[in-house]
Amino acid sequence: MKLVFDKSIPGRKGVDLPPAGVPQAKIDPTLLRSSPAQLPELSELDVVRHYTQLSTMNFGLDSGFYPLGSCTMKYNPKMCEAIAADARFANLHPLLQMAGGLKESQGALAMLHHMQDLLCEICGMAAFTTQPMAGANGELTGVLIMAAYHRARGNTAKKVVLIPDTAHGTNPASAAIAGFEVRTIKSDRSGDIDIEALRSALDDSVAGVMLTAPSTLGLFNPNVRKIADLVHASDALMYYDGANLNAIVGRCRPGDLGFDIVHLNLHKTFATPHGGGGPGSGPVGVCDKLTPFMPAPLVTETSGVFKPDFDRPQSIGQVAPFYGNFGIILRAYAYILRLGCDGFADVSETAVLNANYIRHRLKNYYDLPYDQVCKHEVVFSAKRQAANGVHALDIAKALIDRGFHPMTIYFPLIVPEAMMIEPTETESLETIDEFCDAMIDIARIAAENPESLKACPTTMPVGRLDETRAARQLDIASI
Amino acid sequence: MSIPSGLLYSEQHEWIKLEGDVATVGISQHASEALGDLTFIDLPAVGKQLKQGDEACAIESCKAAASVYSPAGGKVVEVNEALANDPAILTNDCYGEGWIFKMKLDNAADLANLMDDKKYADLLGSL
Amino acid sequence: MPYTPHSASQREQMLKTIGMTREQLFADMPKDLGCGAPHIAPGLSELETLQRIDGLARRNNQPGISFLGGGFYDHFIPAAVPALVGRSEFYTAYTPYQPERSQGTLQSIFEYQSALCRLMNMEAANASLYDGGTAIFEAVMMAVRITGRNKVIIDSAVSPIYRAMLTTYTANLDIRIETIDAADGRMNRRDVLATIDDSTAAVVAANPNFFGAIDDYSDVAKAAHAHGALFILSVYPISLGLLKSPGEMDADIAVGEGQSLGMPLSFGGPYLGLMTTRKTHVRRMPGRIVGRTVDGSGREGFVLTLQAREQHIRREKATSNICSNQGLCALTSLIYLSLMGKSGLVELASICRDRAAYAMNKLSAVKGVSVKFPQSPVFNEFVIELPTRADTVARAMVAKGISPGMPLGDMFKGMDNCLLVAVTEKNSPHDIDKLAAAMEGVL
Repeated sequence: MKLVFDKSIPGRKGVDLPPAGVPQAKIDPTLLRSSPAQLPELSELDVVRHYTQLSTMNFGLDSGFYPLGSCTMKYNPKMCEAIAADARFANLHPLLQMAGGLKESQGALAMLHHMQDLLCEICGMAAFTTQPMAGANGELTGVLIMAAYHRARGNTAKKVVLIPDTAHGTNPASAAIAGFEVRTIKSDRSGDIDIEALRSALDDSVAGVMLTAPSTLGLFNPNVRKIADLVHASDALMYYDGANLNAIVGRCRPGDLGFDIVHLNLHKTFATPHGGGGPGSGPVGVCDKLTPFMPAPLVTETSGVFKPDFDRPQSIGQVAPFYGNFGIILRAYAYILRLGCDGFADVSETAVLNANYIRHRLKNYYDLPYDQVCKHEVVFSAKRQAANGVHALDIAKALIDRGFHPMTIYFPLIVPEAMMIEPTETESLETIDEFCDAMIDIARIAAENPESLKACPTTMPVGRLDETRAARQLDIASI
Repeated sequence: MSIPSGLLYSEQHEWIKLEGDVATVGISQHASEALGDLTFIDLPAVGKQLKQGDEACAIESCKAAASVYSPAGGKVVEVNEALANDPAILTNDCYGEGWIFKMKLDNAADLANLMDDKKYADLLGSL
Repeated sequence: MPYTPHSASQREQMLKTIGMTREQLFADMPKDLGCGAPHIAPGLSELETLQRIDGLARRNNQPGISFLGGGFYDHFIPAAVPALVGRSEFYTAYTPYQPERSQGTLQSIFEYQSALCRLMNMEAANASLYDGGTAIFEAVMMAVRITGRNKVIIDSAVSPIYRAMLTTYTANLDIRIETIDAADGRMNRRDVLATIDDSTAAVVAANPNFFGAIDDYSDVAKAAHAHGALFILSVYPISLGLLKSPGEMDADIAVGEGQSLGMPLSFGGPYLGLMTTRKTHVRRMPGRIVGRTVDGSGREGFVLTLQAREQHIRREKATSNICSNQGLCALTSLIYLSLMGKSGLVELASICRDRAAYAMNKLSAVKGVSVKFPQSPVFNEFVIELPTRADTVARAMVAKGISPGMPLGDMFKGMDNCLLVAVTEKNSPHDIDKLAAAMEGVL
């Protein structure tokens, strides 16, 4: 489809603005640009058509099943969109609270304060900040808190963060930007962190260990408390990557498992839309002894008045301009009120039931490297099909032609030809059955006519794209 | 799999060839094939001082990246500029036109830690 | 339960199919972990939830007439912007890792990158960062990587919020931030130029700066380049309808807060971090980038490219730890810029400039009020000095339904009587008259 710039007709306009209604002001010409930016010249309808057409070349959660493992693509309730669009929140200026309008900002501040409390209770932590603007930003915040804690205790030897080889790449990247050296710990046969490897790596230089639970393979590590004890015994901190919280939410709290720092991804567990890549929100919770280091400001309450608390001398400082992605936090807040304590237990139970149902239905057709009860996601391998020349990528592309978004492929790295399926709790049995039928049909074709899958997808506006050419002959802007 | 004799190899799959006091460094065919179609070679700066095992530069393909470790200590004296424009040169001729950089060695004794073609072939056979 | 669809009999059927009981689903979690359900209230119906939130919304009262800016501006948003961004094919999609099924997101990011380059007169843009503050941090990190140096000079007239964020993010890194105090609300050029040396990675400035002053930093860029350092400029994108662009000043990295491009203020986010640079630095730029390529039959299409720089491949050696972009916010700004168009953005910037000049005249006519930095040319924001504390004045005026601007006493020493006033197209000349009258009333 043509670019929006290529549809431009000189002289056409998409908006009309009021006259200034005041005398024209002068700016020294040396401060002005030499010519207007070459933006498109289009009518409102031109713009509406262009982006409506582009939207039809996309696939959203509302379009169909989105079983992306480790991404928790659950339904985003429409109620939350309506609430975030409410002008009484949407038009509120973030500086008003510090510009004579603390009283006029109480609704927003009260919401944030309650949200901090709710997240503490759901995760079993002592304090929560909503500032981090995405999951990776939350990781960085959490690791900065870890660094500040050891520094405050004068423990300058704490220079290393241990991370399992199954971890998402943001974990080591965040630790490195917080100034830590990263050491990778290998996994044992069941995909969990190898306790012996951990034990021997735990020396005085270790500041913390970054883990997720259940693991990236969707399996719960029954030794998690033992690991926490080991880590704490060497004066290091336990960091919880909240990517997989959906499996245990409402029935088990990271704080109770022994974690000291937690980051969440609100779009995963708390149903905020992913937006095609953001905006996200990555609140961070900490245990009691780490609260002095939390970013400033937190929202505090004194005799019924909510206000920002900047007076935090040991704080790592500000990680966001204000309280983070407020509009996203507000959506998640509404979702939490809606679900309540009983709702979350149902979320994890249904998510786990759905994943195990898929595990059961597909295990005769695809290799299942860890054949045991799984949590919210299940990892298959396409190695049986690969022997016939059909790879996980081909299976993913074949799913596109059948109306499904593919599952996560080639992650985690420790499973060859990995296919990671996470159905979430919001999908119906009928949808899950249709997906399983499609996967079984693809397995049949992979056996009978493997070549035919190489051409997939054939029903899209484009076929498989040349990514090597894209990286070699960089064409990243039409100027 | 080509493993020319006359070169020395590291466990990280670099090769090095000493001529006079200047050594040429590249990556083995095994490494090149593992990476697939290369998209970018981030050449080291001329003058960069490296110890044996230091990361000299990085190589990128579409969905992977690898570090090139210096097989010996020394100073980078020349880089293969042709690779910056056309990384496929490395894939097509990793032991010849696809060399990455040349270095002046600090201590030729570093080379004693490396493998000859036969030992390197054994290493690959054991992977 | 609200969003779990199975009927009781379907649940039974599924458990029977897998041959498990409900308890067995969680049998792998040891009973002694001390876990239990969180002590939060039981769930509410949709109606009750809306009523609860309505109760909170009623406690917000953004004054109908507002001159509050400080880097975050209340601009008019054409109705087509939220209507298009609200299409669920966009907002409920994941990151476009499956390009054939995500051409909508991918083409729109390519267009966003292109629109930003055109606006800034730069050559390359990423798919967006979190906000204007993290954009400055990422630009600084990029400059440190490119130059291999670690001294960074920043003008104190860059937003104090962004400078605080930069301090947080660089706390554990080997980066030296040297803040040069502004003089009369503008960059102290003599000190900045004298501080640039051969260990300098970058000089960071903002246009307009936090006090609203506008400038041409071409000379600063030139001085930085003479020492092999980079020049980083943070901009307010609406001002680029009129003002000299970063590219024209020879900036190496141009960043900014993109909120003004169609996003509501929303009490602090989600906003949009803009980042553009020169072609030569593309591989050192953090964040997602979309490139144009072809499929097997030669059809043009778009993919995420240069992914080998990113954290999911490079892990601790990545150019940045950021994983997502502000996808939907980038789309918002693109649709906004497409509607505004070439002439609309110029017109909009002109209205802001003209009305700000009018407001400056009106307010300085109020007894006891003066323009703080009369030598500074401005775009749409300026500082006035009051005969009394600005926070008291602001409080009194907000209570009367007019927010006069941002009191600067908490942010800058010795500026207790100073107020930062911003004007946009949403402030009519009549509103400005009311502002002046109301200020007269409380002084």
